[in-house]
Amino acid sequence: MEFPTSQPPHVVAPNTVARFMRIVIYALLPTMAVHVVFFGPGLLIQSALAIAAALAAEALALRLRKKPLRQYLTDGTAVITALLLALCLPPLAPWWLVVSGTAFAILLAKHAFGGLGMNIFNPAMVGYAVLLVSFPAQLLTWLPPDVPELRTTELSFWQTLTTILTGHLPDAFRWDAITSPTPLDALRTNLAMGMTMQEAHASPIFGGFGGRGWEWINLATLIGGIALLALRIIRWQIPVAMLGSLVVCASIMYAFDPGAYAGPVFHVTSGASMLGAFFIATDPVSAATSDRGRLIYASGIGVLTYTIRTWGGYPDGVAFAVLLMNVAVPLIDRYTIPRIYGHAERP
Amino acid sequence: MLQGNSARGGLRLEAHKERSTREPIAQASAPALAVLPLDQHAGHPAMPIVAIGDRVAIGQAIARPTGDVSAWLHAPVSGEVVGIEPRPSVTRDCMPAPSIVIASDARETRHPPERTIQDFLAVDPLELREWIGRGGIVGLGGAAFPISAKLATGAQAAELALLINGAECEPYISCDEMLMRERADDVLHGARILMHALQAREGIIALEDDAPLAAESLRAALAKIEDDRIRIQIVPTIYPSGGERQLIASVFGREVPFAGLPPDIGILCHNVSTAAAVARWVRDGEPVVSRVVTITGDGVERARNLEARLGTPVAQLIAECAGYTPRVERLLMGGTMMGMPLSTDEVAVVKGTNCIVAASAMDLQPRQPEMPCIRCGNCSEVCPAYLLPQQLHLNARAMDLAGLERYGLMDCIECGCCDYVCPSQIPLVARFREAKPRLAEHLRARDDARDSRLRYESRAARLQRLEAEQRARLEEKRRQARRKES
Amino acid sequence: MTELIAFALMMGLAALSLLASRFAARGADATARARLIERINDVLPQTQCGRCTFAGCRPYATALAEGSADINQCPPGGDSTAEVLAALLGRPPKRVDPEFGIMPSVPMVAWIDEPACIGCTKCIQACPVDAIVGASRYMHTVIAADCTGCELCIPPCPVDCIEMRPASASITEVIEAARFRALPG
Repeated sequence: MEFPTSQPPHVVAPNTVARFMRIVIYALLPTMAVHVVFFGPGLLIQSALAIAAALAAEALALRLRKKPLRQYLTDGTAVITALLLALCLPPLAPWWLVVSGTAFAILLAKHAFGGLGMNIFNPAMVGYAVLLVSFPAQLLTWLPPDVPELRTTELSFWQTLTTILTGHLPDAFRWDAITSPTPLDALRTNLAMGMTMQEAHASPIFGGFGGRGWEWINLATLIGGIALLALRIIRWQIPVAMLGSLVVCASIMYAFDPGAYAGPVFHVTSGASMLGAFFIATDPVSAATSDRGRLIYASGIGVLTYTIRTWGGYPDGVAFAVLLMNVAVPLIDRYTIPRIYGHAERP
Repeated sequence: MLQGNSARGGLRLEAHKERSTREPIAQASAPALAVLPLDQHAGHPAMPIVAIGDRVAIGQAIARPTGDVSAWLHAPVSGEVVGIEPRPSVTRDCMPAPSIVIASDARETRHPPERTIQDFLAVDPLELREWIGRGGIVGLGGAAFPISAKLATGAQAAELALLINGAECEPYISCDEMLMRERADDVLHGARILMHALQAREGIIALEDDAPLAAESLRAALAKIEDDRIRIQIVPTIYPSGGERQLIASVFGREVPFAGLPPDIGILCHNVSTAAAVARWVRDGEPVVSRVVTITGDGVERARNLEARLGTPVAQLIAECAGYTPRVERLLMGGTMMGMPLSTDEVAVVKGTNCIVAASAMDLQPRQPEMPCIRCGNCSEVCPAYLLPQQLHLNARAMDLAGLERYGLMDCIECGCCDYVCPSQIPLVARFREAKPRLAEHLRARDDARDSRLRYESRAARLQRLEAEQRARLEEKRRQARRKES
Repeated sequence: MTELIAFALMMGLAALSLLASRFAARGADATARARLIERINDVLPQTQCGRCTFAGCRPYATALAEGSADINQCPPGGDSTAEVLAALLGRPPKRVDPEFGIMPSVPMVAWIDEPACIGCTKCIQACPVDAIVGASRYMHTVIAADCTGCELCIPPCPVDCIEMRPASASITEVIEAARFRALPG
């Protein structure tokens, strides 16, 4: 009797890239839910716009590169880029901001480098960085969190939608009345004005341990991140090293002068720390390869994040920290090749 | 000596061994026509010492070894040699290989044993090693490496520990487990013979923790012989814990150096079936003419282990297992992780045939369309050789030989763990197999060039020295001539 | 005023370091040249055949380092070696020029027809890697494993008894192939 043949191994685990990315998207949902609770439905609209833009850009790039559309459009990587970018942008940002940022991320940061698996930089962070330096004003239109002391006006879903699509608030509202800086931004401004940490923390924008609203978002991200660790989608090296180095830097400076520097708990629960540790820095394509390499890579991100937040020109440093360490990855990889069985030294 | 970690990496796979281990080992009927490829061992093929028309008996030598790494071949049936010709063989991916074909006369005439040794301790170790080599014994775990060459290397080590490999880690294969359950006495006897032949100071029999009956059987046999140099060690059931290098790391906590072999760190490893075969040959004078083969898979009606004569067509073994089920899709020799695909069942059992899997869709998990590598690192997490398959893949695609060398392509044991876990469904093992011969050629060319350069430089040095001596002699003559004149 | 002093200091430092590097470079030139020749020689196939018009691989390497030879002169090294040399020397890559010789499609080694050999040792003297054994008026034979296929022994033979034959796989290759197959038990 004759049989067809195939190459070993004849069994493979039913792992696919799509499954991998799908689980990451599910793990991101708690973050998005808490975000909507505190900052309104803007995120949902931004996400929808971002996903649409990402898929359109991806389809265009695939067509130009003559690659099969269905296989790559359904792998979920474009959707993750879109969601991460949407989470970084203010909920009331005009539609063209998120659309151009996502398109740039997909077309230039991903496909111009060779598509899936070939990008050196984290696409979402490239998109965000481009928007930040090109349109700094639009990126300051954050809402205050939905708590009685801070939120004085309420925008309905339709009002949010029209604001985003037209770039103008409804007549009854004014930008300077409804927007508010993020906790990190406020801290920076207050410290620059000469306040001490304690005085700055007295402002209602700061919650129990982090920024108001943001601390809960970070907590939700932590839960999602732990789920990813448990499901072995990501490994512990990157989150632990990034948060760990952030904690170490913050602790050192806080011990040195508690009045001028924010403490470790604040740093870890503010801004994009958790999102960066579990979802952004863990992007496998742009991260280092070996376990030791990942520890170095993520420690670098933590240190840079702290540095940019404290002494740099931007309120949150995660994006630039990630991009800077992406540049260092080939060097890190070259010197952290693990020792092979039977060899005395690392290659 | 490298102080390495105990084996890392590997996968926990479903064993699929319950069906084939329910019944005891049964004797398969002898084939009517035995086809015996001459290259069914690693190294140089054997050379026939019979001619067409000769009558042979079971256990009679029909081919002798050629070169240092080769083995004897013995007739598995009695009858007439009807051909010495190319026949489809599993040793060449079902393509023709030179084989001896014997038509059985069904009389089962046995060749009288040349020699049986009851008190092996009285035999000189060198003589015992040479005698063991005469039994046609090769590594029966699948690699079929001739035991004579292995024993010769092992005997050179100053202090040796013998490791008997019963860690049958690949799914579906259960022949070693059944052998340990039913013939533990043979295994231990073979171990003691080998220890004497190698002058080994200790013997360890290693097996996985998912074979408790086998462990029990071995312990009972060990208690009977009361040899306190031998012990049994249970290792965790992780694929591929039975790989020689991985098992050594797991049992001894030491790593075999890359450019070396286990005797370099004082260890020699043999499969349990090989040890049992040594016992049968030395004690009973029975050379290797049959072996236990697992027939299993959802594609065969009755999964069991059969003691099959060499040269039996696989189709006949399937027939003795009540035939194929209607669901059968593929035929594999070996397990589902590293098994060789067979394009036909009209090929013969050889010394390295440990298992035949008649696989249906239930046993197989085909690959999905290949995507680019997303650098997730799943592969390096499971690699038992501590490699970075991700980087090997990148370098193999570009055929960057320097990169492949740096990332250790030659250290890859082709176990398939990386392939199994890859979310991009990349056929990594196939890629590495393609790249290995290219890298091997490149490394060999480099070694050859280095040797040539050394010879050239030593020749140049020699010529210079001769010239200098010549000049010195000439100088001496001129001086003497001048002295005579004055 | 202080700014001027600082500026002058910086400029001075820059100039000093430039001069220093020039002097260091001159002294290091000789050792750098020797190192480069070694690195080039490491890449060459060591056939010592002379097809490149130089008397062996090291003279060719020296000429390459000095710039008096091109990278496309080594047929045994082939296009892959020419590429490596191009990268090493910072020159544009080239394919090997067929005027320096065309290699046979399979590796060839020299073979002496022993009945015809007269034992003159001319071939032994010609072989750059001592791959021929023999002595005056004793039989000569080529050690195939050591022969690099340079063909320098063929012209000197007065009775034309040396020819090139395809090399065959050696036993070591077979053992190597077996060693790399470590199947799980």
